[in-house]
Amino acid sequence: MLTPGQAVRVKLDWPETRGPCHIRTPHYLRGQSGVVERHLGRFPNPEQLAFARPPQTIDLYHVRFDQPSLWQQGQQGDAVVVELYETWLEVA
Amino acid sequence: MSILEADSNRLLQAVLALLKQKDILTDQEIAERIASTDSATPARGAMMVAKAWVDPAYRALMLRDGAQAAEAVGIPMRGLPPLGVLENTDTQHHLVVCTLCSCYPRAVLGYPPFWFKSAAYRARAVRDPRGLLAEWGTALPDNVQLRVVDSTADYRWMVLPLRPAGTEGWSEAELAAIVQEGDMIGVTLPTP
Amino acid sequence: MNDKPLQPEDQPRAHHDMGGVSKFLCEPVDRDSHSLTEFDRTVDAVRGLLGAKGVMSVDELRRGIEAIPEAEYHRLSYYQRWIRSIADNLMVRGVITEAELAAALERASC
Repeated sequence: MLTPGQAVRVKLDWPETRGPCHIRTPHYLRGQSGVVERHLGRFPNPEQLAFARPPQTIDLYHVRFDQPSLWQQGQQGDAVVVELYETWLEVA
Repeated sequence: MSILEADSNRLLQAVLALLKQKDILTDQEIAERIASTDSATPARGAMMVAKAWVDPAYRALMLRDGAQAAEAVGIPMRGLPPLGVLENTDTQHHLVVCTLCSCYPRAVLGYPPFWFKSAAYRARAVRDPRGLLAEWGTALPDNVQLRVVDSTADYRWMVLPLRPAGTEGWSEAELAAIVQEGDMIGVTLPTP
Repeated sequence: MNDKPLQPEDQPRAHHDMGGVSKFLCEPVDRDSHSLTEFDRTVDAVRGLLGAKGVMSVDELRRGIEAIPEAEYHRLSYYQRWIRSIADNLMVRGVITEAELAAALERASC
């Protein structure tokens, strides 16, 4: 279980290059580093639900990213906060 | 050509005919569903915001569990996704987007507006959020941190805006009347 | 040949995955209200009922929308994508067959 304040990295993975899939981790976050804000609960994995497969229940986190670092544009201090599943996060 | 490329109106008629024929749904259920969905409007969220502005205990409940706070004022939430509430302060402003589709806190705000579903909004909110806000005439001071919340998963998010100056002593109903849809997504700020 | 490794922004992207996509950055947001049509409301209600009855989930709806080829995805309206995904999913689930859908389409008027 990840804890608030913990540094994490989004997996650098591109499932869309390997065939039909359904992913809830946006393209712009792959490989990016962020900080866990809080645990949001446990939910059935949408990547399995989308294909009507029996889903595993997995942890969901709110993760904060530095907004200007994602794009090399924007105002210093601004943030993007995103719901991400444990299966997409690595401890940084 | 795929059968799915059929004209959308005909596709709907065909699907409806089959679902009714197979006893999966009825015209009455559809009519009731439309009526119930139409009854959810931004006035619901505005009522919650106004209550949170005058009642600290309600505000605390709303920030802890948005769905419970919605139910506490009679908004049905059973079977719906959790509702997260994002608190704006003097130093922090929230903006909600769904870059992957159109996740929207429908139970408290109703159908998502056209702009929320548009490619321009979805593309720009995470990359040029202050430029995007400028289109609504919303300018945040430099010392306010902007937090863009990309609604990607199981929660639905609404913004609890700051109570504007000049509303001292107003009733809940008067306060609710100035809270607009965009204020609860973060593109605009309530004004008295 | 260019041996430079692919940068993240060069990786193939699904067309529904729009966060930060350059081609929309200079496009103003259309802030008009565009009220919903009877078609829109009906499709919305059908999806809601199918979800409530356990016939198809919102995740399956999204998968079906994401499977629409890019040019069509952008040509179709929001709820036109939905009805297409609903029809797709009902066939994937075996709730209706393609032959049944084809026959029902023959009977449907414009």
